[in-house]
Amino acid sequence: MNSLIRNTARCLRSGAAVYMPRQADGRVWTSSARFLCAAADVQKALGDIVQKDKVVVFMKGTPAQPMCGFSNAVVQILRMHGVDDYASYNVLEDSELREGVKAFSNWPTIPQVYFSGEFVGGCDILLQMHQNGDLVEELKKCGISSSLLEAEKESK
Amino acid sequence: MAITADHIRDKLTKELAAVHVDVEDTSSNRCAASYKVLVVSSQFEGKPLLQRHRLVNTCLAEELKEIHAFEQKTLTPEQWEKQKSQ
Repeated sequence: MNSLIRNTARCLRSGAAVYMPRQADGRVWTSSARFLCAAADVQKALGDIVQKDKVVVFMKGTPAQPMCGFSNAVVQILRMHGVDDYASYNVLEDSELREGVKAFSNWPTIPQVYFSGEFVGGCDILLQMHQNGDLVEELKKCGISSSLLEAEKESK
Repeated sequence: MAITADHIRDKLTKELAAVHVDVEDTSSNRCAASYKVLVVSSQFEGKPLLQRHRLVNTCLAEELKEIHAFEQKTLTPEQWEKQKSQ
């Protein structure tokens, strides 16, 4: 847990200084998708996006290079549970996406996490769910077995 | 509107009938207005995390438009007592 906090603090400190745009892993909200310029289209696109993959994260930066401490925390928590293959969208690449997702989720901040098309919450909620065991349960409901469960089984 | 920790604390206390509110101005950690809040209210009883956070978000809807980063912890009075004794 402490290393999570250290990593988050490190990311917060260095985040503003270095910004090298890089392709997100896998699914990408690219500039070519900008033909969706009307706000209503962004909302509809978001509706499709959150249904398309089991785990969807709207964040600042990418899982490989998060650009914000809270976004980094979400990435680290998911990684702890062995969830490495998920759809992530970098809101820093597109201000329409950034505003659109806030309106779509009716949630004021980034990062935002969706499981099976349902909004879960931001970093605070994910962290609390991780700490109280709810995250393992929610992942199970999506058909994802948390690697922390495996680790527990092995130690018994 | 000048957003201050006091303003946020007063609003949360009033609108959520909070028994305890901590507001920490974390703006020095980032380059823009940021806050970390702890809200203890019986209005959170029986509500899942997301619903609790949405209550807080709705209460501070205007302020959040100008706040850059926001962290929140929502507890019921019972959870708060338990946490204090740990």
